[in-house]
Amino acid sequence: MAGVAVSTTINGDHVEYLCQPDETLLEVLRDRLGLTGAKEGCGTGDCGACSVIVDNRLVCSCLVLGAEAEGRQIETIEGMAHGDQLHPLQQKFLEHAALQCGICTPGFLIAAKDLLAKNPSPTEEEIRFGLAGNLCRCTGYDKIVRAVQDAANVMKGA
Amino acid sequence: MNFDPRYSNRSFSSVGTRPIRPDGVDKVTGRARYGADFNMAGQLVGRILRSPHAHAVIKKIDTSKAEKLAGVKAVITAKDLPDLTDGDAAMYDILDNCMARKKALYDGHAVAAVAAIDARTARQALKLIEVDYEVLPHVTDVDEAMKHHAPLINDAIFTEGLEEKPVKPSNVTKRTQYGHGDVHQGFAQADFVVERSFKTEQTHQGYIEPHACVASVNPDGTAELWVCTQGHFVYRQHCAQLLGMEASKLRVTSSEIGGGFGGKTHVWAEPVALALSRKAGRPVKLVMTREEVFRASGPTSATSIDVKIGAKKDGTITAAEATLRYSCGPYAGMWAEIGAMTAFACYKLENVKTVGYEVLVNRPKTAAYRAPSAPMAAFAVESAVDELAKEIGMDPVDFRIKNAAQEGTRASYGPVYGPIGIGPTLEAVKNHPHMKAPLGLNQGRGMACGFWFNFGGQTCTDLNIGMDGSVSLAVGTVDVGGSRASLSLVAAEELGIDYSHVKAIVADTSSLGYNDMTDGSRGTFSSSMATISAARNAIKVLRERAAQMWDIGVDDVAWEKGHAVAKGEKHGNLGKLSLKEIAAASGKTGGPIAGHSELVADGAGVSFATHICDIEVDPETGSTRVLRYTVVQDAGKAVHPTYVEGQYQGGAAQGIGWALNEEYIYGKDGRLQNPGFLDYRIPVCSDLPMIDTQILEIPNPNHPYGVRGVGETSIVPPLAAIANAVSNAVGVRMSHIPMSPPRILAALEAEREG
Amino acid sequence: MRYIRPLSIEDAVGELARAVGPAAILAGGSDLLVRMKGGFIEPELIVDIKAINGLSDIQETADGFRIGAAVPCAVLGENKALRKAWPGVVEAAKLIGSKQVQGRCTIVGNLCNASPAADSVPALVAAGAKAVIAGPSGKRTIAVESVPTGPGRTSLAKGEIVEAILLDKRAPNSGDAYQRFIPRTEMDIAVVSAGVNLTLDEHGVIKAARVALGAAAPTVLLVAEAAQVLVGSKLDEATLERLAKVCSGACRPIDDKRGTIEFRRKVAGVLAKRVAATAYERAGGK
Repeated sequence: MAGVAVSTTINGDHVEYLCQPDETLLEVLRDRLGLTGAKEGCGTGDCGACSVIVDNRLVCSCLVLGAEAEGRQIETIEGMAHGDQLHPLQQKFLEHAALQCGICTPGFLIAAKDLLAKNPSPTEEEIRFGLAGNLCRCTGYDKIVRAVQDAANVMKGA
Repeated sequence: MNFDPRYSNRSFSSVGTRPIRPDGVDKVTGRARYGADFNMAGQLVGRILRSPHAHAVIKKIDTSKAEKLAGVKAVITAKDLPDLTDGDAAMYDILDNCMARKKALYDGHAVAAVAAIDARTARQALKLIEVDYEVLPHVTDVDEAMKHHAPLINDAIFTEGLEEKPVKPSNVTKRTQYGHGDVHQGFAQADFVVERSFKTEQTHQGYIEPHACVASVNPDGTAELWVCTQGHFVYRQHCAQLLGMEASKLRVTSSEIGGGFGGKTHVWAEPVALALSRKAGRPVKLVMTREEVFRASGPTSATSIDVKIGAKKDGTITAAEATLRYSCGPYAGMWAEIGAMTAFACYKLENVKTVGYEVLVNRPKTAAYRAPSAPMAAFAVESAVDELAKEIGMDPVDFRIKNAAQEGTRASYGPVYGPIGIGPTLEAVKNHPHMKAPLGLNQGRGMACGFWFNFGGQTCTDLNIGMDGSVSLAVGTVDVGGSRASLSLVAAEELGIDYSHVKAIVADTSSLGYNDMTDGSRGTFSSSMATISAARNAIKVLRERAAQMWDIGVDDVAWEKGHAVAKGEKHGNLGKLSLKEIAAASGKTGGPIAGHSELVADGAGVSFATHICDIEVDPETGSTRVLRYTVVQDAGKAVHPTYVEGQYQGGAAQGIGWALNEEYIYGKDGRLQNPGFLDYRIPVCSDLPMIDTQILEIPNPNHPYGVRGVGETSIVPPLAAIANAVSNAVGVRMSHIPMSPPRILAALEAEREG
Repeated sequence: MRYIRPLSIEDAVGELARAVGPAAILAGGSDLLVRMKGGFIEPELIVDIKAINGLSDIQETADGFRIGAAVPCAVLGENKALRKAWPGVVEAAKLIGSKQVQGRCTIVGNLCNASPAADSVPALVAAGAKAVIAGPSGKRTIAVESVPTGPGRTSLAKGEIVEAILLDKRAPNSGDAYQRFIPRTEMDIAVVSAGVNLTLDEHGVIKAARVALGAAAPTVLLVAEAAQVLVGSKLDEATLERLAKVCSGACRPIDDKRGTIEFRRKVAGVLAKRVAATAYERAGGK
């Protein structure tokens, strides 16, 4: 199997790697680049734990080939905070205890970031449907929705 | 140590506040390391070959082709995990479940495993392993498995607990019975009797993180295991026993855990990973796929339950009886027994009898799932209780209040209750605005109660005070949902310092004494007790050091609000010494200051909850929508109320999923049809409303702060609360969980056709 | 295994036609990667068509719309003109998967995956959409319902690629709509579904109709009899009841993990009524 040479941008940094043609972006991030913030919960696009943003589109990195990343702009959870300054969503997830086990949290944060970028003032229903691609088994979603609502208010004020 | 665990009324400064958890930042930045996030140098990829048959004799396994494939470093079968269980039947079952020995007992049962240089090679190697199966008839339904002609899963099983010793083997491993009084006499006194039958389908814990571990066995026989687990000490014990190692030679580190809910209390692939590593001589990482998680780990029992309850016109229950049949998978369990114990635990009953049957089926081995066995029993009982209230013409809440257990009641499973919360939760529900809110067309409201025992068990903590006065707390109970925050609060409370100066970690098995696992809602209950004990031991040392610094007797030194205070008139000029000051001097006063604790946390207070639920049903499609949901539960004392609320909400959401859509679906071939999150339908964000919570605090007399376990009870009432709501919405009693749209529509159509 | 990203449709067709082992076309990948993960397909060649000129565009032409094969469904939803003209097609496409999947999945992929439960297909069939196919022997245009021939099977020959979907320019007083039944509110595959496309005369009488049902047979069903029930009516109660009955009767569903035969039959009729009402309203009927 011939490896594919890929040149891409991840969290603003230029990155080059060699991957197999059938290797997913999630596998590349986790196993080749050490970016283990994106999690594999299902590998079939049903749980959202591997969410990343590619060229301003929210995607499941398990449903993208590593080879497809060529020339793209990729955002992962590792790039969400600015230095030691947490993103308002990260801060609000902490304050609202919007995580218990935390395995779904990176995916939720990325999906919520994408949601608020496209809709800065979502209703509760818009948040719930906007985040329906991310499964959480611990929280019943209540505190996640509240954290996103609170973060949206903070971000509008900023 | 003379630790007194009894509750004493006190005011709190840290406990009851809601600080940010110590592991929080790692989890919102993606830095927290879960099972699959850890790697070792030279690590191989392990994969498991699983049976495609529900029931088959393994006649022969030929691994020679797989072994010859370039990049394959080890191939193992049951031969590589010899039976070292020495007559321990429970351990033998664990071994057989990890790697089938003579028969494959369910679709997904492990039969061989490989370790290779990468995932692709490992996958190819699995395809090269040839297994010669003799397919046997199978049975997956709990009622079918009890029939005389059912295929026998284990012909060495003769039902235990029968009056007469059976002469023929059976799929029923055990009969158990609980209760007191005389139910025949009780039913004779009843003016109304309700008798109903119920079924619940099998569900999975559905944790988002698949099982994952990295095992490394060294040539000298020592080994390390990194694993997502609810109990690394138990995993060490089991793995060491199955592999013939001394426990102390195996160091197990629990990773951050991406959900467990009981499903990560059992070893599945860890002994296999260790055996692969031993054979390959290299570390092996083994991560289950989601499909493997569904096919081969987890699930709870499927059940079939009959309930009969009788009451007088005034609403007094005169007798209650239930027969509970629980599937165990292919190995003996005590799932029906727990169901039989919990079924009527909410009520004060003169005459009660419950009988449980443990039933073997060709499905994966039943595992604990949050208050295991209780939700199904509560579904059956609380549905029948609602029906009975209706027949008598009483409000369902009033009917329950009239019959609720209280302090001094003899529980249906034996013991006499201390102070308990069932009555208060019912009173709170009766007065809750939710109960008075108007309902629209096709909408119904239901409520139901639930009970869980809560466990205590063996616990060990270390509390170390640094020279800067900050505190490191090492606990051995895995943190599944914020317990490091709660335990830090408890340490801060007891020492009288600020929460920010305490940092709690979960220690590995070589750094701390044995701990039972985080199950039975015991994490915060038992580790907080051990933390209080450890802190009190540390305070004793702090007082001694202060006495030394002051050169006075230790009996003249008290500990108040984080300071040593000299007592008595003659020491009036000594002022106070802070923990920080004492710690700073520790190098000159006798060395490091620490408090340790090893105890068995007895007396986990039982826990009760009452839930209210509003549901709308689309009568044309059977579709349901949860409109409003309220949880009222007794926490004893909420150490970190936000995480207590989180437990209430999470349990309710899991119960809602179970009630409405989640189920294992088997084909006629005995294969699981829906091993993925697409068709095993756990609730998504848009399925649920906000889940309101009300925390009641009825102190547990057996814990210094009054803490009770809170993690599990919240999954007990939802099945029944939702069934009652659906039944009230459409006027048809739903007796089969999940109440999926096809089941509701079929029930409605049957009703319409009369 | 090889991964290639050709820049022209001719190159893509040529590579596919020459492929010796199994070959797969990659646009959004939301079906392909799942099938690869499950071991259901091990392609020797993956042809990523996203770099091909024009395949990622929605063009508004004199005849209507041309939607390139690589246009993600999220982009369909962002196209105002398309949303206005074919709201039923867009709402169907927007139901496929999650927000994450929406950023990748395509209606052509949905069509060529050939699942009877595909969300966008009943809406496309009701809309009378056509598929433009490029292949080794040139281009051809066929009705979308002629593409899938059974679960997982299509009429496409080796080397052929559906490069675009065509939707007609909208006639006045027209409306379409789509609904599916799922047990949850999101993330499920349709248990059964219905798409309806209507054109009314100036009095609100239906003069043209197409009704399609999903997950009701091995392929999406175009129910001509249902259309006949609607034509000439103003969608009164009696018509709706007849529509439901005809749709339920036309179903040839199966029992499976997602639903029973009885359930699918009954709900196909219920959905047809609801969808027809929405389409009628969108067409300006009252």
